[in-house]
This record gives sequence, C-alpha cells and structure tokens, in this order.
Amino acid sequence: MREYINGNEAVARAVRLARVDVVAAYPITPQSPVVEEIAAQIASGELDAEYIRVESEHAALAACYGAAVTGMRVFTATSSQGLAYMFEMLHYVSGSRVPVVMAVANRGLAAPWTIWADHQDSIVCRDTGWIQLYVETAQEALDTCLQAYRIAEHPEVLTPVMVCLDGYVLSHTEEVVEIPAQEAVDTFLPPYKPQRVVEPERPLVFGVGAGPDLYPAFKQAQQEAMDRAREVICRVDEEFYRIFGRRHGGLVDPYRCRDAEIVLVTLGATTGTAREVADRLRQEGIKVGVLRLRALRPFPAEEVRRALAGCRVVAVLDRNCSFGYEGAVCTEVKAALLGLKEPPAVVGFILGLGGQDIRQADIEDIFRRCLAAGSGAVHQVAAAQSR
Amino acid sequence: MLERIPSIRKAPDEEYYVPGHRTCAGCGPALAYRLTAKAAGPNTIFIGPTGCMYVANTSYGCGPWRVPWIHAQITNGGAVASGIEAAFKVLARKKKYQGEIPHVIVFAGDGGAVDIGLQALSGMLYRGHDVLFICYDNESYANTGIQTSPTTPYGAWTTFTPAGPAVPEGKKLFPKDNPKVVAHGHPELKYLATASIGWPVDLMNKVRKGLNAEGPAYLHIQAPCPKGWQFPPNKTIEMAKLAVQTGMFQLYEYENGEYKLSVKMEERKPVAEYLKLQKRFAHLQPEHIEKLQAFVDARCAEVGITVPAVASAR
Repeated sequence: MREYINGNEAVARAVRLARVDVVAAYPITPQSPVVEEIAAQIASGELDAEYIRVESEHAALAACYGAAVTGMRVFTATSSQGLAYMFEMLHYVSGSRVPVVMAVANRGLAAPWTIWADHQDSIVCRDTGWIQLYVETAQEALDTCLQAYRIAEHPEVLTPVMVCLDGYVLSHTEEVVEIPAQEAVDTFLPPYKPQRVVEPERPLVFGVGAGPDLYPAFKQAQQEAMDRAREVICRVDEEFYRIFGRRHGGLVDPYRCRDAEIVLVTLGATTGTAREVADRLRQEGIKVGVLRLRALRPFPAEEVRRALAGCRVVAVLDRNCSFGYEGAVCTEVKAALLGLKEPPAVVGFILGLGGQDIRQADIEDIFRRCLAAGSGAVHQVAAAQSR
Repeated sequence: MLERIPSIRKAPDEEYYVPGHRTCAGCGPALAYRLTAKAAGPNTIFIGPTGCMYVANTSYGCGPWRVPWIHAQITNGGAVASGIEAAFKVLARKKKYQGEIPHVIVFAGDGGAVDIGLQALSGMLYRGHDVLFICYDNESYANTGIQTSPTTPYGAWTTFTPAGPAVPEGKKLFPKDNPKVVAHGHPELKYLATASIGWPVDLMNKVRKGLNAEGPAYLHIQAPCPKGWQFPPNKTIEMAKLAVQTGMFQLYEYENGEYKLSVKMEERKPVAEYLKLQKRFAHLQPEHIEKLQAFVDARCAEVGITVPAVASAR
C-alpha cells in the first residue's frame, strides 16, 4: 500500500508495524507528530502498546530503559534540546546493552533558539555508544526504523539505535511511501527474545558498579559490539531488500563515485539535492560524485576509504560544527583516509545550520571551489557561505 | 494481598535483603531495606536510584538481594519504575506473563526522592503507576560524604553547611516536607504514610498497605545515619525513637484527606534532648534550638500532634 505521508508519520507507521510494546515520549518540535500519530494508533486500537507520556525526555529514556530490561520492544523519539536533556541516559542505555530504538528529528541547539534542522543535536551524541543511522527520505525513515530493531536486538550487537531524520525537510515533508504489509514485517522482524529480563523467578541485579579492574572490559565489549554491528547493518539491509525490494546502502550510499574526480560527502536529506547537482555537472563533463554516510556510528571507515581512494578532492558537507576545530564529519573522513598512498585533499564546508536552506547553487559552488583546489592542498572553509 | 503483620514475633522469617553489602555499622537505611524487603516478600522488583543503598550494596558480583534489583539514576527512580510497571501491564494484557504481577518498589534516598529525583517521582504518581515509592530519609547526601539535602534539619552541620562565625547555625534553611508535597497534588495517589525504623512492625505494615493499594503509594521512612549525624552506631534505634518522640519526625498515614497518627503520645520531649546526642547539632546556641522547637511545634500541629513538648523530669 502506498501513502502520501511525511517522515514523522513514516516513523510512526514503522512503530506500529514493529509491534512496539511500550512508548515513552515527551513533546518537542519537530518530533512531536511521531508520538501524536502513535497515540492515535493506540487510541484506535491499531497498536496494542503502553504509552507513557512522561514528564521529561530524561524520564522518557529512563522509562524505555525500565521497559526494555523487562523484555519489551520500546520506542521513543526526540529532537534537539530534548536529546541534550537525555544525554546522561544515552550512555546508561548503551552501557546496559538494551536495544532501545529512538527517532531523532534533527534540529539545531540553542542559543540562539531555533526549531530548524541541522545535525548538531545528534552529532554531539556520536560518542554515547548508540548506533546512528541518518536517513535520506521518509521511505528510508520507515524502513530504517524496522531495520533498527533487527540491528539493536541482534544478540551480537545489543546496542541502541538512533534513526536520524532532518527536521522539517524530512519530518514534515510529504512524499509517497510504500507501507509494508504486516505479515511481511512479522517475517522480517519476529518478536524480541531477550536473553535476560527483570523477573522475580530469576532474581538478577541490573546496573551494577564496576571498579577500575572491571570497567574497561565492559567498554571493550561495547566497542566490539559496534564493530560487529557494521556487518549486521549491511546484512539486515540486504535481508530487507530480499523481502521488500528496497535497500538503502547498508553503511554508505555512494553515487557516481567510481571515476569521480571530486566527491561530496553528505548526511541525510541534502543528498538528493547533491545528486541532482552532480548529474548536471557530469553533463558538463565534470566528474563528480556523492557519498552519503548512512551510518555515522559505527563509522564505516573501510567503506569511506574504498569509495574515496581514487578521487582528487573530497568535499565534506557538515550541518554541524565542532567549535574550535571543524565540522565533525570532516574530521572523521580525514581520519579514515589517513595512510592512503596518494590521499585526496579534504575540504570541509559547514552549511545549513539552524535550518539555513542548502540550495543547488550552494552545492555547485562547493564542487567548483574543489575543482579549483590544487592537488593535495587541504584548506578549510569553517563558516557558512555568505549569501 | 499481603496480610497485616500483628507483631514482630509473627513477622515472616524469610529475609530478602541479606548479607553481602558494605553498609556502615548501625546503618539505618540498611535496616529500612531489610524490613521493607521482608514485608514485600519474594514477588518483588526493587529499583534503586543512586545513593548509599546503591553504592554500599552493589559491588560487582556481590549483592544483598534475593529479589531482582535494578539501578536507576538518582534523577529517575520514578521513571524507570514507570517503564517496568508498564511492561508488566503489557505482558499481562498480551498474556505473555503467567505469574502474579510483581510488586514494584523504588527505594530512593532523600536526594533521589525529595531533591533531584522529585520530578520523576511526581510524574510517576501523577500518571498513576502501580508502584510503591519509598524514600529512606537519612537527611543528607551521605554516600558522597554528608552534604546537605532538602531534608537536612535546620541547624545541622553538613560538609556543605558548616557552622562558622558568619553562619553560626550551620544549615539556615528549614527542611522540605516531601510527604506533604506528595500528598496534596497527586489525584492518583492511593496511599501515603511516614514510617520509622524505630517502629518496625508499623513500618512493615505500611509497606504492605502501600503494596496492596491499587495504584501509586508513597512511604517516607526516617532512617538515622550514625556517620552523617555523628552518633555512636549502637544508638541508631534510640535516635529513630527520639526523632518521633520529640516530633522532629511525625509518624502518620494520610488517607482520604486526613492524617491518621500512628503512635499515641501523652507528651512530646523537647527537641533539645534529641539534638544533644548528635554532634551535627553540637554548635547550636539556645536561640537556634528555640527556633527549631517552634518549627517542630508548628509542624506537629499540622498533622494533629497537639501534645506539648515537656522536658523529662530528671
């Protein structure tokens, strides 16, 4: 069945199809419609779940944690200040290895106050031990939420997943979305079978302290689970393809990169715009490509290296800033290219902060600047383009 | 339904809070835990927000619980409990859990109940989750080294409220009264009481009443701390009894809008008799004690303790 819906509604459809048991959430723009839609599904009886309208985002994730350790499939969603307010619990959930899935409708962080899209909110959470998948379309938001449960609940992974969709650009923009049939989703995503749960018949202690002799082993285990997640993310995407006929690239989504002289690295919804510009420049004979990172954590260093090894200049488009250095994705891409025999030049561009529109002209400008850059030269554009 | 315990002799023999912890000698909160676990029985899940009763109990690979125990952040005992309670609701509704639905108890310190954890407690009560939230009140952040909390009494020394020439009374603020904060703003609340480790049968029965209530319940247990209050560890029960006998802590149940006193008192002892046994009050001047006595008198009157404070004849 096809529906004309926005990214938020697509996420809510996925929550219903995943037969989520417990939802705990707090309202924040531009995420709220996800939970409004879920509440409506519960009210109509379409979804049999407990919906806890908690008093804060911190409590939302805490309630999800409590339900998840009791063996439930859980969901929450947030944005921006709400995600920042969850920060403490992000670490707690990942460290406890419970498979929470959360949608983040990406939005900039105050001050100054903004409700509009950028990636600062989730980028600053990239070291919290969550898998981070950035989607490009509402369709991919739905599909990725379903995949996220498979990835998070995988016994070799047991790591929470953040599904990040650009605020407004995806969360509030309608597109035609194929809604998978429930039976097919049930085949793809069977009920969650936890290994250990909170129940009086088998008393266990959850959330113990660990001294310096033990703590590092837990962190090592998290890191290894992230490493295993790389393969699981790809496998789950392939399995999804076999059942539903759609796939989204696994960890990375390269476009016309093979013979490209210049490749633009992107996250999220801007990628579509970048591809159109790439097509147009290709018609002029300029060899450009686009590499969308679908996974930011675990970071697909190997795939990035493979996709970018042959090009002359890599441009990285960051909708975030690590103040005092550069865009965070730029740093990561540079690190991935270290050790290549003839590494491409890497040029960072910070654009689209706080909802600033990223137009085709901006992307074309990026490509043309890179074209002019000398081979091997690395220079940094650390601020948004002036208009 | 958990039955009423008529006397200490008829209390259940089984313990669910057992050796395996590292609490201080004479620890009031540990005794409160033991009594609570005994009253609640085996079909119980404890949620422990960060505090003494987390840090001193939960060494890796060694703990004192015979029932499931789960850590929550100091901020969010009420929220984690909400998630667990909601999970069991779903399990029951979807017929995925055959057993009797377990009791869910949050066992939070005064920080995790009255201060940083108040928001999650209030949210949980407001939403009507079937959870018993217990505050074990040792009147300070004892686990981090005795810093003041909102329930620290007026005039008490703590490391954050030292007495000195400029601040002769130490703590200048009067304590927050959490049972009253809880009692008057949560329409879903089904049961509220205060308890003391000095009255163990009363405490256990209040735990059982709270668990029998279908909906949220709040129990505020005063649990003296020898280290923080600075009295000898063999005096814990004496301190608990004196707190009630002076009116520093009032024992009651709050049901249907009325305070029901738990202990009959012919007279109250003056607060000075309580203060002089604890070094945390050693710096107080007569005017400070007078001020505290007036505060205690007013607080007692609020809940219906009308007997006057009379010095013991000695």
